[in-house]
Amino acid sequence: MFNLSNGFSGPCLKLNGVWYGYGAVPVVEDVSFTVQRGEFMAVLGPNGSGKSTLLKLALGLVAPQCGSVELFGSPPSKLRAVGRVGYVPQKVDSLRSQFPSAVEEIVSQGLYRGFDPMGIFRRPGGPTVTEALETAGLTAIRSHRISSLSVGQQQRVLFARALVRDPEILVLDEPVAGIDAAGQERFYALLRRLNRDKGMSIVMVSHDIGAVMREATTVACINRTIVFHGDTHALTQKELGKLYGFSPDVLVHDALHEHR
Amino acid sequence: MEILQYDFMVRALIAGAIVGAMAPAIGIFLVLRRLSMIADSLSHVALAGVAVGLLLKTFPPIAALGATSVAAVTIEQLRARRMMPGDAALAIMLYTALALSVVIISLAGGFNVDLFSYLFGSVLTIDWADLWLVGALGALIIGFVVIFYSELAQTSFDNDLAITTGVPVNAVNLGLAILTGATITLSMRVVGVLLVGAMLVIPVIAGIRLAKGLRSAIALAMLIGVVSSVSGLIIAFYADLAAGGAVVLTSVVVLLVTVGASSGLARVRRTRALRGGAEEAVSATVSSAQR
Repeated sequence: MFNLSNGFSGPCLKLNGVWYGYGAVPVVEDVSFTVQRGEFMAVLGPNGSGKSTLLKLALGLVAPQCGSVELFGSPPSKLRAVGRVGYVPQKVDSLRSQFPSAVEEIVSQGLYRGFDPMGIFRRPGGPTVTEALETAGLTAIRSHRISSLSVGQQQRVLFARALVRDPEILVLDEPVAGIDAAGQERFYALLRRLNRDKGMSIVMVSHDIGAVMREATTVACINRTIVFHGDTHALTQKELGKLYGFSPDVLVHDALHEHR
Repeated sequence: MEILQYDFMVRALIAGAIVGAMAPAIGIFLVLRRLSMIADSLSHVALAGVAVGLLLKTFPPIAALGATSVAAVTIEQLRARRMMPGDAALAIMLYTALALSVVIISLAGGFNVDLFSYLFGSVLTIDWADLWLVGALGALIIGFVVIFYSELAQTSFDNDLAITTGVPVNAVNLGLAILTGATITLSMRVVGVLLVGAMLVIPVIAGIRLAKGLRSAIALAMLIGVVSSVSGLIIAFYADLAAGGAVVLTSVVVLLVTVGASSGLARVRRTRALRGGAEEAVSATVSSAQR
């Protein structure tokens, strides 16, 4: 599964002086950072700090009003990096509408390789889908309707859908929201394996400061603009206090002492 | 059969079957995107097109086709630019189109039989030329859904995810918008402006409730659409009822029966599983007591 093809050897993701706003109000101000291959970058920031917008910019879902975004060396809107990027959104609109597809069918969507007029007659599945279902722990419910699953299970389906293409970089928007503690632990263990053993780059938006401290190699703290960017080890309470507007002692006390 | 001796009924049944298959095939992608209101708004835009056609004494269905296509593309462009505030914009479009129709119709010399045939459908007056148009567009629309199935499924599940997966979402959504306009214009002929939305939505709701998988939901919705329009037309013929209303009421009955039957079946299965467990327990107790 995870053989990384190298067409381009520079950084996976590069943002350079990016600005974006809704109307006249900027939500992302002059943000620059680079994600190298094999890096596990966490994005921290309070609600409304522009984290999700930042991910959308990185994926080319919205275009920067100023500055540039490069995904594997070219603008993401050119779609050259399709298949090298796996995106796990925080939520999917259609899950409120009784979407009738089975888990397997949704995971197979990740394998899309362009126009296929006979696609409707092909059965979803195949070895890569089976492998992704197994990795995400969905084998037992592969034929269940996605609308009948719990939030945590649906999140795992989206994760398997991103993984099935064997991406070089995973982009995750609050992936553990709605997952219980044991499930979170399993999920982080899986991310660790993908990152350390397979060399998959990861960009993860999270509110879980403790998990970020334990898992991520680098961290970017965003509040419209970059407040801190660097190794996770170098992140101090002072910066976190600046980010959240108060001293988050309680939140990070253990984490700061425990991190590897 | 007596009904087949009348040419006009044969044509009506063929047109009804085609529209019955076509409307849910497009409608399912609107329902899954929670855009079923679009069908209603576009049908009133089609009425405005008809009004313009009546005023200019051109072929009203062509004017309606043009109006719905323009409106559908406009809605899609607003949606693509994330400027779509949802229901509000569709409601504004519906009432603007309806008010415009009323004004234009009064200009054109008032409300006459022609107009009523568009409001409530005129499937019994379809001639062979109309039927060819319905057949050709029906084949185009069903062909579109079959050929672009993967793309439609992806964009309906989530537009952003589809983009990151490499689906050309703008082209697919634009195609869907234009064909939605065409579907509504054709369905209007069978059930009329006021009931078009029902043709696109009701069989779909039944299909989604019953099916396990998107493909089977589409197939089932199309089947339910065909069965309700053909049986609705037959009922209308023998009972001397308005064809459009009969078709839509039949689809509502089919929806209630299928959904009722499926939840009833599920309940029977559950009870049987419980009772089966209980019987096993009882026979185990009995056999142990006999020993």
